[in-house]
Amino acid sequence: MKTSKQEYTSQELFVHRHKMQHHFITFWRITIFVFFLGLWELASRTKMIDPFFFSSPSSILTCFWTQCTTNQMMMHILITLFETVISFLLVLLVSLLFATVLWHCHTLSDILEPYLVVLNSLPKSALAPLIIVWLGTGIKTIIIAGMSVAAFGAIISLHVGFHQVDKEKLILIKTLGGTTHDAFVKVVLPGSIPIILSTAKVNIGLALVGVIIGEFLAARRGLGYLIIYGSQVFQLDMVITSIIILCIIALAFYKAVQSMEHHIKKRYKFM
Amino acid sequence: MKPILELENISYSYHSLHGETKALENISFSVQEGEFLAIIGPSGCGKSTLLSMIAGLIQPESGTIRFQNPNGTCTYPKIGYMLQKDHLLEWRTVYQNVTLGLELKKEMTKENLAIVEQMLSDYGLEQFRDKTPSELSGGMKQRAALIRTLATNPQVLLLDEAFSALDYQTRLYVSSDICRLIKEAGKTMIMITHDLAEAISLADRIIVLTSRPAKVKRSLPIHLTTSEYSSLSARNAPEFNDYFNLLWEDLNT
Repeated sequence: MKTSKQEYTSQELFVHRHKMQHHFITFWRITIFVFFLGLWELASRTKMIDPFFFSSPSSILTCFWTQCTTNQMMMHILITLFETVISFLLVLLVSLLFATVLWHCHTLSDILEPYLVVLNSLPKSALAPLIIVWLGTGIKTIIIAGMSVAAFGAIISLHVGFHQVDKEKLILIKTLGGTTHDAFVKVVLPGSIPIILSTAKVNIGLALVGVIIGEFLAARRGLGYLIIYGSQVFQLDMVITSIIILCIIALAFYKAVQSMEHHIKKRYKFM
Repeated sequence: MKPILELENISYSYHSLHGETKALENISFSVQEGEFLAIIGPSGCGKSTLLSMIAGLIQPESGTIRFQNPNGTCTYPKIGYMLQKDHLLEWRTVYQNVTLGLELKKEMTKENLAIVEQMLSDYGLEQFRDKTPSELSGGMKQRAALIRTLATNPQVLLLDEAFSALDYQTRLYVSSDICRLIKEAGKTMIMITHDLAEAISLADRIIVLTSRPAKVKRSLPIHLTTSEYSSLSARNAPEFNDYFNLLWEDLNT
């Protein structure tokens, strides 16, 4: 007679252990979340913290609902989403173009290096007021502000990534009779897909930061505007609600880029 | 018989801000059609530089490299270059990898692709054509790299330590395997190696270079009495040890 334990093969045991670990992690993630919300609500109801300054989960929900019905919360959310996505896509396009040009022309990249380094290390929020004066207030300004935060870093990391491609593979293309352009299209670009994807992952977050900074300064719509407006009129429920929505947006963006990364890597067999 | 390749007084130096390093000095030799030539020399003596020059990747500072096609014309023959690693591109299937050269030269004709198909089945890679390179063994990767090189129908093959990334056992097998395939295809081959035994067992002639600046120290024809073309039986040939000792002396004096 076999005992029930012996009926598992070692493979089944491995899968089982893996699943248990996964459930354990999910369980604690949810528990911490629920515990935090509960503590927050409790502390706020028993006046351990001042509900006026610290709000509470229930008043955030109420606030969200009233904002949705009276104050067009959805419009603000969609505006921020739209601006972030557009500036993210533009950053990706611009940085790919620049990195391509820099890869093809070594001398140009040597000449421009200090400029890129300075522009990348500069706190981009310092640029935002200038952009507003130059371009006025409006969606265009916010998108440019979003791009300014992410673009220089993206150019640098793609540039570095393009140069990390195995030099011998470039020689291989030459010995097979290919041109520099062939080397770029057949080796550098496909070889850099993992770096392009990880740059995209960082940049979607940075674009959101830039958009919010822009909205703080120059917008009449968007979540950044709601946060600033709410703090000025001491409607801290509104501020905290907007921040919570930003958290959800950031998570959704990250997950979206991550699943895109998964699909592309699978397609190009990087895993 | 006219040689397919002639090098005459080739010299080359590397330049840096700290000064000039002479790598090659007055190197002259010729290679016959269908010959297997091995070039050996102390490490860092400029063997790879010499091969890059024959491949046309860099230009000699002085001297000439002349190619003579079998039909008497003087056009540059096609050269195939096999590097140390197989460098198969991981984002392409085996088939897309072996046709890379044809794709780059825009010679994806029916006839050329038929030759590739034939080689894939001859070299036992038929059922792996849609796999990625990482699914192949070390020996199969080298075979795929060889098909990629042969697909463009080169007349001269250059092997730059083409087997040194493999472990010893695989290397013994793959090196004689690849060289047999090249010989059967009727190609001329020039290989660089630092492995004396490999050079003796595979080559028709060995050129020994001195340490930097490299000059030709000896050109040694190899004749082994063996029944078959394999790395192992070559190593058991009676002449093997004499050649080995002679070359060993050359490299260490």
